[in-house]
Amino acid sequence: MELERTSVQILQCAKTYPDGTQGLLPSSLDVHPGEVLALLGPSGCGKTTLLRLIAGLETVDSGGIIRFGPQEVTDVPVERRQIGMVFQHYALFPQMTVQANIGYGLRIRGTSEQQLKQTVGELIDLVQLKGLEHKRPAELSGGQRQRVALARAVAVRPKVLLLDEPLTALDAKLKVTLRDELADLLRRLGITTIHVTHDQQEALAIADRLAVMRSGKIIQVGEGEALYRNPKHMFVAEFLGRINRLQRTPQDIVHHTVNIAQVPVRCPPGPWPELFVRPEDIELKPYDRQQPAATITQRTFLGDRIHYRLEVVGQGALTAEAHRDSPYLVGDRVSFTIAPEHFMPCENDE
Amino acid sequence: MIGQRAPRQFPFMLAILTALVTLFMLIPMALSITAGLVNNYSQGLASGLTTRWLEQVWEGYGDTLVWSLTIASLCALITIVVGVPCAYALARTQARWARLFEELLTLPVAVPGLATGLALILVYGQFRSFRQSFLFILVGHVVFTLPFVVRTVSSAFANRELIALEEAARTLGAGFTRRLLGVLIPAVMPAIIASALMVFTLSVGEFNLTWMLHTPLTRTLPVGLADSYASMRIEVGSAYTLIFFIVVLPLLWALQAIANEVQKRYGT
Repeated sequence: MELERTSVQILQCAKTYPDGTQGLLPSSLDVHPGEVLALLGPSGCGKTTLLRLIAGLETVDSGGIIRFGPQEVTDVPVERRQIGMVFQHYALFPQMTVQANIGYGLRIRGTSEQQLKQTVGELIDLVQLKGLEHKRPAELSGGQRQRVALARAVAVRPKVLLLDEPLTALDAKLKVTLRDELADLLRRLGITTIHVTHDQQEALAIADRLAVMRSGKIIQVGEGEALYRNPKHMFVAEFLGRINRLQRTPQDIVHHTVNIAQVPVRCPPGPWPELFVRPEDIELKPYDRQQPAATITQRTFLGDRIHYRLEVVGQGALTAEAHRDSPYLVGDRVSFTIAPEHFMPCENDE
Repeated sequence: MIGQRAPRQFPFMLAILTALVTLFMLIPMALSITAGLVNNYSQGLASGLTTRWLEQVWEGYGDTLVWSLTIASLCALITIVVGVPCAYALARTQARWARLFEELLTLPVAVPGLATGLALILVYGQFRSFRQSFLFILVGHVVFTLPFVVRTVSSAFANRELIALEEAARTLGAGFTRRLLGVLIPAVMPAIIASALMVFTLSVGEFNLTWMLHTPLTRTLPVGLADSYASMRIEVGSAYTLIFFIVVLPLLWALQAIANEVQKRYGT
């Protein structure tokens, strides 16, 4: 099943609710044809509001424009907007069978019985639900329900597929399996997809690009890897992974260094009063007076890696991650290095 | 070990007490029923069994039974047809007036039926043919039972899951009528069935309001019962109770069974 590839353009769209709360500040976003874009952020950041605006389940404040390809859809009601949506708890019709759920949209459109049967059959094969056609949603597992919801959403060949936290209702282990399955399925369908989630792992695994949101604003848009390595904003750095903060003095800024445990360490030039570094970029070594030193105050074994807490003179507590065979124990005096390219200068509006 | 201890948790005295209470409740029913089957209540069973009182009741009051069931069925039908859209509208309206309206709607439940009846007579009493028809009683019953339907069904419609179901149907292109009939009503069917059954039961047993609204020519079963208790031999009144049991109870059980079946079919 090959689907149409449509671009989505969002121009200066905002949402003010009747009670005066600003669900979304004026935001713009371009989604490329056939791309999977994740709207990522904590709860209340406006990601779901933006998704519902694109779906047409909420109306955009005046001035905003939404386009699907060349067509403006800002005022097109949801029923005629040609979107497919997977809801957080799937919203499958409880009294209908799997088959009837998937075929619902086609039936509404008056598709011939034969065509309907064929399309539904194809989709059941695609999402691997063979043998379950006549089951009710209540008789299915969480993962199967999610696949029915997806098949139902794409059955009508929508221009855009919208996923609202599609994996939240599942338990942790199943989530990982289904996440990869979903990523694979979306690639095969090739449909333009907007995926809302608060889980950065899920966003990184499924989406081509992420739009990180906070308090009704899109903070940064880009490929997951680029955002992880070069976040423009501290919030993005912190939301996608863990970070350490290093303070700099005006003198440090002049000399392009950062002072760690009384040792000046080279870093990229720039007037940043603080720099950020990821725990896995702090490399622990045996004690060496030429390098910044630290005392290990906590060691947590996590299976594939070890998480260390370091006490560093002048910078307070830092966290570092090392290979599971790393030999250091609590109380050890160690040194560490940070490669200059691993310092992340970020905006910080705290 | 547990097997030895278990009987002590249900002591003998408790069993006796339970039996006594049960008897206390059952004896009046049994006596009332047998009273309708004996020739002379004051002589008891010794006077011999007869169906003559049953026949007399059937002749004198048979029509009240038919009318009661007709009114109850129509009442259930009307309250569903009127109440379900009303419940939907209330569930989807956030405005304060909607909550106020919901409160107002429950008034007929709280206000004594006699008062409601009087109000109906004051306003519509002058429309002779309406006043003298069963329609008048039917209207009273609808006023009294509608709140049960609206309350039950509207809380079912307000369910968050149902809001998501409706949105899902919209994203798939379903207009209002299609999603109401195809998705929403089937999803709240258990609530609809339960409230219809409730309305039917309430209507069959309603006395207060009906007593105010009835005329000598328009009587329902409970009104007929009151009449027979007041003006006939005790055996006739008891036979009337018996007929009520024979006809209404199996009907209610059957309806309940149907309702359970539907719940199973539509339940989530």
